[in-house]
Amino acid sequence: MRAKPLAGSPFGGRPTSAQEYGPGLSLLLVAPLVLLLVGGFLYPVGKLFWGSVFVPEATFANYARILQEPLFLLVLWRTFEIAFVVTALALLLGYPVAMAMARVSGRTAMLIAACVLIPLWTSVLVRSYAWIVLLQRNGVVNNALIETGLTGTPLRLLYTQGAVIAAMTQVLLPFMILPIYSVVRNIPDDFVRAARNLGAGSLQAFFRVTLPLSLPGVTAGVLITFILSLGFYITPALVGGPGTLMMSTLIGQQTTELLDWPFAGALAAVLLAATLLLVIVFRRALALNKGFKLG
Amino acid sequence: MASNTAALLAAVPIGLILFFLLLPTLIVIPMSVGTSPYIEFPPLGLTFKWYKAYFSDPDWMAATWFSLRIAVATTFTATVIGTLAAVALIRGRLPAKEYLQALTLAPLIVPHIVIAVSLYLFFAPLGLVGNFYGFVIAHSMLAVPYVVITVSAALQRFDPNLELAALNCGATRLQAFFHIVLPNIRPGVAAGAVFAFLASFDEATVAFFISGTEGKTITRKMFEDIDFNLTPVIAAVSTVLTLVSLVLMSTIEIARRRSDHDRLG
Repeated sequence: MRAKPLAGSPFGGRPTSAQEYGPGLSLLLVAPLVLLLVGGFLYPVGKLFWGSVFVPEATFANYARILQEPLFLLVLWRTFEIAFVVTALALLLGYPVAMAMARVSGRTAMLIAACVLIPLWTSVLVRSYAWIVLLQRNGVVNNALIETGLTGTPLRLLYTQGAVIAAMTQVLLPFMILPIYSVVRNIPDDFVRAARNLGAGSLQAFFRVTLPLSLPGVTAGVLITFILSLGFYITPALVGGPGTLMMSTLIGQQTTELLDWPFAGALAAVLLAATLLLVIVFRRALALNKGFKLG
Repeated sequence: MASNTAALLAAVPIGLILFFLLLPTLIVIPMSVGTSPYIEFPPLGLTFKWYKAYFSDPDWMAATWFSLRIAVATTFTATVIGTLAAVALIRGRLPAKEYLQALTLAPLIVPHIVIAVSLYLFFAPLGLVGNFYGFVIAHSMLAVPYVVITVSAALQRFDPNLELAALNCGATRLQAFFHIVLPNIRPGVAAGAVFAFLASFDEATVAFFISGTEGKTITRKMFEDIDFNLTPVIAAVSTVLTLVSLVLMSTIEIARRRSDHDRLG
């Protein structure tokens, strides 16, 4: 229980209670963080968005251009499409793994956890490189397909939408598995057993007990995966081709190659707006601030 | 019997998914010791020449040292700033606390491409592109949320009465912090520091944009080499990067398990 501040001055100043740091000291402690985030984050991002409307003069032309040119709408649509497919695949592949991780014990659980965590701790660049090695013309997958006689000539796998989806799903899968696991782990076995005793089949018990109870984890996993997919840069840039242009690559091109940074700012604003909208709508599910509110 | 068969049937797809998860990490290790100068799998022969090529290439070494220096400075900056802020955010009486918490976590939510492009445009006129200090600012900003989260979690578990006792025994706030609070939240601070190090050392998107022709991080150099000249040296670099991450993260994981065990036992 938090002690009530004793005879505290309403204007702050000295600490009013030993368990609590006073407003003056607290502000001093938080000041470096605020300075870093305002100077290194808010100001630069704000400047980019400001420029998208006010450089060289006040105009919404950059935003109108996104709506008018089919290419940009296509890229926006494709970005959402890829993010959606990646999220759906991650859910489909991640849910059983999360379930297995929660149900088994001892050595097997450790083994599954290692398989989930090791890729999470591997650099995104390393994994994108690995996907190139796997998917290129004389790569591992093509060699295997030819040796088993499934195909005569090497298939074009790299620089396709399929390559982007496979690589992104692999990179983001742990972000789906971990939130689901943390919820499923806490569903008591008794609930499923009770359902079985009352005559439910194992499928029925799953769909009517486990799945509904695991929804908070599923929503968190889906949201995190979807948000991360929307803004992914490295993997699509390396394993994707011209036909798989995503928002992030487009924003990068506008900035570094075409030097049209007011337009890049408009594209970035659209991407950020989409992301924030998702976060605001599903704020409860995301619970990013659980570090603050563990108690 | 029937449930055994069912368990076995379930184990096969799960095994395949785990294989899919692990394959890209594991494939680079054999690639890095194969003799062929092209991408070849399975590798023929065993050689360490790609590692030698990496460690003797001045460009690779310059990028590696640059990244290491940035990561060490980022770890220090983000850990100090993040720990102080976490204390204020958890224990302090702050106006607009909710907004400060939201601001702290914002860099985790905003797409990295947006942050990267913004920083590039902000840094370019200031001469901070490819600059050590520019990187430390950028990476500290990206790393500080991880420190705040881990230290906040540790502070939630810390009993403030211990600090009160120290104050009653005549300690100043500063003494109480360094002798009582800090030793108690040390696992959280240490975990935050490791996260900060890796957030900087492994960071690729922002590094891609704010690297210069001179000041280039290892991730930027890797990106270029993967894009333009795909040699087995990248497999060697990948293996080194993976080992650094795995060793550091396993250390946190083991420490975390040990401290959980201590509390339960």
